Amino acid sequence: MSSGQFSTGRTWAQVRRNWGLYVLLFPAVILTLLFAYKPMYGVLIAFKDYSPASGIGGSPWAGLKYFEKFFNSYQFSATLKNTLVISLYSMVTFPIPIMLALMVNQMRPNRFRRFFQTVSYMPHFISTVVMVGLMLILFSPSTGLVGNLYNLFGADPPDLMGSSALFSSVYVWSDVWQHVGWDSIIFIAALSAVDPSLYEAATVDGASRWHKIRYIDIPMLMPTAVTLLILRVGGLLGVGFEKVYLMQNDLNLPSSEILSTYVYKIGLLSSQYSFSSAINLFNTIINFILLIIVNQISKKVSENSLW
Amino acid sequence: MSELEPVIQQRRSIRNRSSDWVMEFGVYIVAVLFLVMLIYPLYFIVIASFSDPSAVANGRVWFFPSGFTLDGYKELLKHDNIWIGYRNTILYTVVGTAIGLVVNVSAAYALSRRDLVGRKFLSLFFIFTMFFNGGLIPTFLTIRDFHLYDTFLVMVLPFSVVVFNIIVARTFFQSSIPGDLWEAAQIDGCGNLRYFTLVVLPLSKAIIAVLALWIAVGYWNSFFNALIYLKNPNLYPLQLILRNILITNQMQSGIGTGEAAQIALRLASMMRYSVIIVATVPIMCIYPFVQKYFNQGVMIGAVKE
Repeated sequence: MSSGQFSTGRTWAQVRRNWGLYVLLFPAVILTLLFAYKPMYGVLIAFKDYSPASGIGGSPWAGLKYFEKFFNSYQFSATLKNTLVISLYSMVTFPIPIMLALMVNQMRPNRFRRFFQTVSYMPHFISTVVMVGLMLILFSPSTGLVGNLYNLFGADPPDLMGSSALFSSVYVWSDVWQHVGWDSIIFIAALSAVDPSLYEAATVDGASRWHKIRYIDIPMLMPTAVTLLILRVGGLLGVGFEKVYLMQNDLNLPSSEILSTYVYKIGLLSSQYSFSSAINLFNTIINFILLIIVNQISKKVSENSLW
Repeated sequence: MSELEPVIQQRRSIRNRSSDWVMEFGVYIVAVLFLVMLIYPLYFIVIASFSDPSAVANGRVWFFPSGFTLDGYKELLKHDNIWIGYRNTILYTVVGTAIGLVVNVSAAYALSRRDLVGRKFLSLFFIFTMFFNGGLIPTFLTIRDFHLYDTFLVMVLPFSVVVFNIIVARTFFQSSIPGDLWEAAQIDGCGNLRYFTLVVLPLSKAIIAVLALWIAVGYWNSFFNALIYLKNPNLYPLQLILRNILITNQMQSGIGTGEAAQIALRLASMMRYSVIIVATVPIMCIYPFVQKYFNQGVMIGAVKE
């Protein structure tokens, strides 16, 4: 009892002494409360018949009506499937930045390597709007680069941007093109932290370059890779809204309507606030569950985890 | 046995040297192919922006501009909305980056201090928002309730806390600012705020540069918030206007037919190339200045913690 009081007193003294730190935290805490936590309270409208006149608190409860409406709509399986296809497909490309990092690590630290790295980061700085604009220009079957290339060989060019079947491939591989260099930075940094004496010891033992990659580099990258992979899976259903929305057109819509674009259309374009929030909440909860499961598995299997 | 050892080793290393040579050669071949794949589409846009659009459409532009012209760039000057968008984007980027740096770096420093009471709770308070959020509509309603809809502020303030940036900066402070420094400053009677501004910040140029780049690129390229929270075209950032030009082709609708329409169509298609160059080059130019800081282990801290 007395020791508890003593430590409370000490804690308060500590808080008073460090008041400056709370001043530093203040802006971020206030902004987070107002613009992240307050909207969380607003999630309630997913369970209500929201009307702007009566507000969130005053609107009547609707129970799970809007969730049932979504599960029973034909859009449910379509959007869920499209979201999963795109995100699992991107997941398959996860090792590509790692391979690039291993390759860069094999280059001698000279001007070519620096040039290579700078160029490989460049596309990352292109905005999503410009990126999709670029794709529309380059992939146009009649006037684009791809169209002209096919014509050069006398073949019929495919309509990459207007094809439902090719949508996920176009989305994923254009993403790889744009971000592979940038995503490899973190792995290159991890490799630069490898103790050079490990390589020297391996050379003395007669290891080839390939052996060094296999037995030194790859194990060194595993913790970083696992952490990033968990974060990826946690965002499995959170496929970026921007790029998919910008790439959408009437032709590819059957495979390009994903949860987040549907939430946007139902919510802001047709003002069904409650219905849209229910779909959004479903998305968030699935992501949250996935994150916990994957983190748990990873903890058991590789002793890496986020928490 | 021991006499044989060096011989075996020598043999091994000779064999390895030849396989290493193959590998080295392979690495450079792949690297050059990779470079071509990255550079060529970008190079093509550059030369297409200086070329006659019919030459581009007919596949006569491969390595050099064909029918050199600056009409695409001249056409840009006639569109006021592009320049209004440009001005808005610069304002959003500068103000947003300043706010973002102050908010995230100061919070990250406080969280990096082990003697902060409530440190664990506060960290969780932020991290939770990375994985759970209110979603589109509740956030939209919140913005509207605060009368931020269709204002300058909505583009720079509400979403300036980025938890990932806080984590990265916190890790940097923990690993690069020695704890003894604070002990010494305390003895000299230096308070937390003075210590932070006069000692910590000057030692943290690397992380500040990296975060400034991330935040600035984010604002320069952001499109989603403007799409959702802005209605007044005079507040539109460049990206929203680019979308109209590049993707929804609003510049081409209502052109009609006839010779005048042909010219307008020609200019509209040229402008698509020049506008990409004008919108992208400035932000790409920032990176080389910040590049050196990326090698200081800033990134790796992000995943270690």
